[in-house]
Amino acid sequence: MMNRLKLNSNPHAKAESAVSDIMRQVIYALTPATLFGICVYGWSALFLFIITVAASVGCEAFCLRLARKPVKPSLQDMSAVLTGWLIAMTLPPHAPWWIGVVGAALAIIIGKHVYGGLGQNLFNPAMLARVGLLIAFPVEMTTWVASYPWFSPELPSFLESLKITFVGIDNIDVVSGATLLGHVKTELSQNHLLPQSIDGLFTIADLWLGATRGSLGEGCQPLLLLGAFWLLHKEIIRWHIPVSLLATVLILSSAFYSYDSTHYLSPLLHLGSGGLILTAFFIATDYVTSPNAVLGQIIFGIGCGILIFVIRTWGAYPEGAGFAVLLMNSVTPLIDHYIRPRIYGRDHKGKPLEVVD
Amino acid sequence: MFFSETYRKITRDGLWDNNIVFSQNLALCPLLAVTGTATNGLGMGLATLVVMIASNGVISVTRQLIPNEVRIPVFVLLIASLVTIVDMVMNAWLHELYKVLGLFIPLIVTNCAILGRAESFASRNELKQSLWDGLMMGLGFTIALVALGAAREILAAGTLFANASLLLGSAFSFMEMTIIPNYKGFLLTALPPGGFIMLGFIIAGKRLIDAKRAAIAKAKTKVDVLPADVEPLVNTTA
Repeated sequence: MMNRLKLNSNPHAKAESAVSDIMRQVIYALTPATLFGICVYGWSALFLFIITVAASVGCEAFCLRLARKPVKPSLQDMSAVLTGWLIAMTLPPHAPWWIGVVGAALAIIIGKHVYGGLGQNLFNPAMLARVGLLIAFPVEMTTWVASYPWFSPELPSFLESLKITFVGIDNIDVVSGATLLGHVKTELSQNHLLPQSIDGLFTIADLWLGATRGSLGEGCQPLLLLGAFWLLHKEIIRWHIPVSLLATVLILSSAFYSYDSTHYLSPLLHLGSGGLILTAFFIATDYVTSPNAVLGQIIFGIGCGILIFVIRTWGAYPEGAGFAVLLMNSVTPLIDHYIRPRIYGRDHKGKPLEVVD
Repeated sequence: MFFSETYRKITRDGLWDNNIVFSQNLALCPLLAVTGTATNGLGMGLATLVVMIASNGVISVTRQLIPNEVRIPVFVLLIASLVTIVDMVMNAWLHELYKVLGLFIPLIVTNCAILGRAESFASRNELKQSLWDGLMMGLGFTIALVALGAAREILAAGTLFANASLLLGSAFSFMEMTIIPNYKGFLLTALPPGGFIMLGFIIAGKRLIDAKRAAIAKAKTKVDVLPADVEPLVNTTA
């Protein structure tokens, strides 16, 4: 070991195509949670997932052709696949097929290529699509069906699932219900107190293990965390945004919960519900739409956390992760303007360092 | 007279080349606010059209009398008087439309497109040309409002010119159409962000057409020029 040869002069490190490698790692990280979601929500979740990813690749190819850019290399960087994947994770698993298509078109065409393509967009395309869909189709985007244990007979069969995705759900009022956050919002608006109104309906264990209504990606928080640790281990993402985001939500919800537990959700339910984990690790950490410098990233995370808590607690919508990320995306250029990463050989203000002999 | 080159240029400018919305990007506030439906767009466009013709005419006639230093306030006062007249007329005879457009009628005063035409055209040209310019710019604005309103209405509700008879009189009921029956509605396009997105797509479309036309025109001139260039070469080699 002592005699190991060190070659310092030339750049011997060989880099794969950076973009496609990063995208592939994120897709690996999302796979376990996605598979789990498909298992508990059935075939229709798989159909919607395939449709969304395919539509987003199709839109990407269409835009690239329109802009006369090379189609094949840009498609091979997997960014369109990942965007479609993330949209599918945020959709209700039994949504009709055209929700996936419209979402993919919103994300790829308006969210990405209108700004000039990969790396140019101001807003996170997947979140733009989700928020656009939520505003445009409130009914379809808030129809949640129950999840079932793996391969249980209650799950819709293959043919029934085809019908759900391409025609619609028959007995919608029988199978649908509110998510935890939606339920809490309704109960509080009717002046019911919290611990009783969610007693027996939602438990922390259920939420964390995916035995609840929600979007495809809300399924199983531990599997999302597993993916997140994979990304951290691979140094695809850094810890600053997720940790500051989750810590902000945790601190705020703990403070309000300890002040009045009848009107504010417990911090554990906050962390385990909705798209918080998915947002913190997979959405907010998007390179393009988050600040560059470490301090800027922490500010970004704290801002997202505050907005998520405020929208969940006092806003009109039950879940605020999408809105929070988009709002913080819009201040990212401002954060980047004031807080810049230190450039090699210069101090934080951009002045050259003194040369020490 | 109206087919002379001057008037044809004014017409082209107003309707397409220098369109208030699609080229100058002016008057976006009333544009986005009232173009939820094609009918509202049409009403607002016609009101603006009337004000624009009148203001161009008045300002063109009085342009010799207005001292250059105070021209802008005088223009604004003149436009404000005209808008007040239109406001009262609409309230009296087109009350339903007036109720929908409401606040935006008085705000025609601050419509920068009208002041812009007064400053850049009417104060420098004679009466007939100024009136024609007002008509064409106003028509171009109306077309823009109706086009955007129609695009947003079709996508948001699946109808076209809904309530036109209610607003413009029963003679206009033939305009009310249902384009897509049993449509669920793409609510986003009815909201302001949808208006911006649709406007962006329409402007992109116009620029695409302009680029195509420029390319065709360029190709034409090249073809015209080529034979003259080629012939001497052929002769020398022969």
